[in-house]
Amino acid sequence: MLAYIGKRLLQSIITLFIIITVVFLLLRLLPEEGYLGAAADKMTPEQQEIYLTNLGLRDPIIVQLGNFYLDLLQGDLGKSITYRTDVPVVEIIADKVMYSLMFGVAAIVLALLVGVPLGILMAQFKGRWIDSLGTGYIVFIVAVPSMVYFLLIQVYISDFFNLPLLFDENKPITWLLPLISLALGPIAFYAMWMRRYMVDELNKDYIKLARAKGVKERTIMFQHVMRNAFIPLAQFLPATILLTITGSIYVESLYSIPGMGGLLVDAIQRQDNPIVQALVLLFSSLGIIGLFLGDVLMALIDPRIKFGKGESVR
Amino acid sequence: MVETKEKILSIKNLVIKFKLRGQVLTAIRDISLDLYKGESLAIVGESGSGKSVLVKSIIGLLEKNGYIDQGKILYGNYDLAQFKTEKDWLKIRGKEIAMVTQDPMTSLNPLKTIGKQIEEAVVLHQGLKGKEAYEKVLQLLRDVGIDDVEKRYKQYPHEFSGGMRQRIVIAIAIACNPKILICDEPTTALDVTIQAQILQLLKNLQEKYELTTIYITHDLGVVAKVADRIAVMYAGDIIEFGKTEEIFFNAKHPYTWALISSLPQLGEKGKELYSIKGTPPNLFKEIKGDAFAPRNPYALKIDYVERPPYFKVSDTHYAKTWLLHPNAPKVEPPEILKKFFKEGRQYANG
Repeated sequence: MLAYIGKRLLQSIITLFIIITVVFLLLRLLPEEGYLGAAADKMTPEQQEIYLTNLGLRDPIIVQLGNFYLDLLQGDLGKSITYRTDVPVVEIIADKVMYSLMFGVAAIVLALLVGVPLGILMAQFKGRWIDSLGTGYIVFIVAVPSMVYFLLIQVYISDFFNLPLLFDENKPITWLLPLISLALGPIAFYAMWMRRYMVDELNKDYIKLARAKGVKERTIMFQHVMRNAFIPLAQFLPATILLTITGSIYVESLYSIPGMGGLLVDAIQRQDNPIVQALVLLFSSLGIIGLFLGDVLMALIDPRIKFGKGESVR
Repeated sequence: MVETKEKILSIKNLVIKFKLRGQVLTAIRDISLDLYKGESLAIVGESGSGKSVLVKSIIGLLEKNGYIDQGKILYGNYDLAQFKTEKDWLKIRGKEIAMVTQDPMTSLNPLKTIGKQIEEAVVLHQGLKGKEAYEKVLQLLRDVGIDDVEKRYKQYPHEFSGGMRQRIVIAIAIACNPKILICDEPTTALDVTIQAQILQLLKNLQEKYELTTIYITHDLGVVAKVADRIAVMYAGDIIEFGKTEEIFFNAKHPYTWALISSLPQLGEKGKELYSIKGTPPNLFKEIKGDAFAPRNPYALKIDYVERPPYFKVSDTHYAKTWLLHPNAPKVEPPEILKKFFKEGRQYANG
């Protein structure tokens, strides 16, 4: 088991390394004017040259990359260039990361708590009203672009319950709508897959044998079906984490939440490379951690996933 | 061998229907059948003849769209045909009647150790717990011919081969301590080399645990090895039943003739194997007369008009064909079978 986790961890780090390298190189392909920002007009070409050289942009690309890795290993993500000049990136992100993290984690927990039971109920009452209702909900979420219902929620639901339109840190009630908006997608996601895999499992032969054994239907549900249905679901954990991140970019700007979602867009527009790199590193780490967790979770519940020791003994 | 004549299960005039896409299909058409204690009965017939439906109705595992329309299934003081709720069936399933399912590759939960899966039945039906239950599981594993039981207890189904898994499935069925064991095509999914072993195992266990067994199969080879009695099904009806040797060497129904004739062993080298012409009747429609008549080269006029009753051949052997009516013309079975019957009878008499 430990060997397996170690192997997966190593793979994750390599993946992360590749992502960050590609992003670093891509950013260097952008036009240089972006680095100068509003000051561009006031500088002579010579001044611009000096400015860019000071930023390290005139070094050979290999050297730039090498310096970047070295700094990274020391936990130094560089300083912001244009967004908030000379402020360390870590500081900028640290201010905002808490909001995004709290919303993200809360949304995923909420989605698991609501989505999985909903899926189980739908499977158990397949073809009845609760199943149809759930299916209707899932179809709505999948078919309608998320910004549409995000907006509807913000404008109409807040009006209906007389809630504030924008986020205010000090009023817990204002956490509610963005959180729900973020969770709607993953809820549908979990419910859909949970139902599907439960129904799949319920039709399998081993369930027939369990019934023939005289095991109660409830016991079959909880002890045989659920765990089996969970395996493929574990795969979707990383996907929901990513879904929540992308969702947060929009939701955060809608409710004026000072999180990281808006920061990424800002930083890209202003070509603030260190911030973009740091954010990509952060987001891809989250995605990769999700994948890693999903794999470990699957290995924990499914004995058929062998830990690299080759074929099973017969 | 049938030693006692004590009935353990009695099916009376059973009719089972299915609702399918707005239509009603009659899968079991008025079947009566007695099962005697300690015997092993084989139900044979082609796919769709209703043999699986019949046994599923005994254990309450009919598909949701199927229902018992008429008739009784008497077991002890119960009429299983009246059972509706899960609570009713839990009195019977496993405890009294257990089942060995068809495909061992998919019949075990892949995420539970086989020990736990057997133990589930032991705890449920034998009231054992902890250490006792564990010991019992080990004993059951040994009973079904598995070595190194302590290690095997902790292994998962994917660590076993098909034949081994079927042994586990059998162990689960036996763990329930049932009176009746239903074996639904227990060897179909297995390697030919393993089939004989599994059949021998089932036979041994039947003796050891004093089981009454029902085999469902379309493999007459299996039947010959294990069954005391045979019931031949066609289109939802039992058209002939009798002791194994009576069916094999003195069959009276043209369908049984056809079934035995299609045994590959009876074919001659270089010649095409025998197969029954035509297809089974559409069960959505009401069947008039003898269901086999349209495919029957010996069909009489009355076969198309009236359903034949059982005609007695011997105390244990009955067949539903008008050919046995005293007024019917005398019909001989096909040549190929006559030879087989003769040899068989000689063999049976030593």
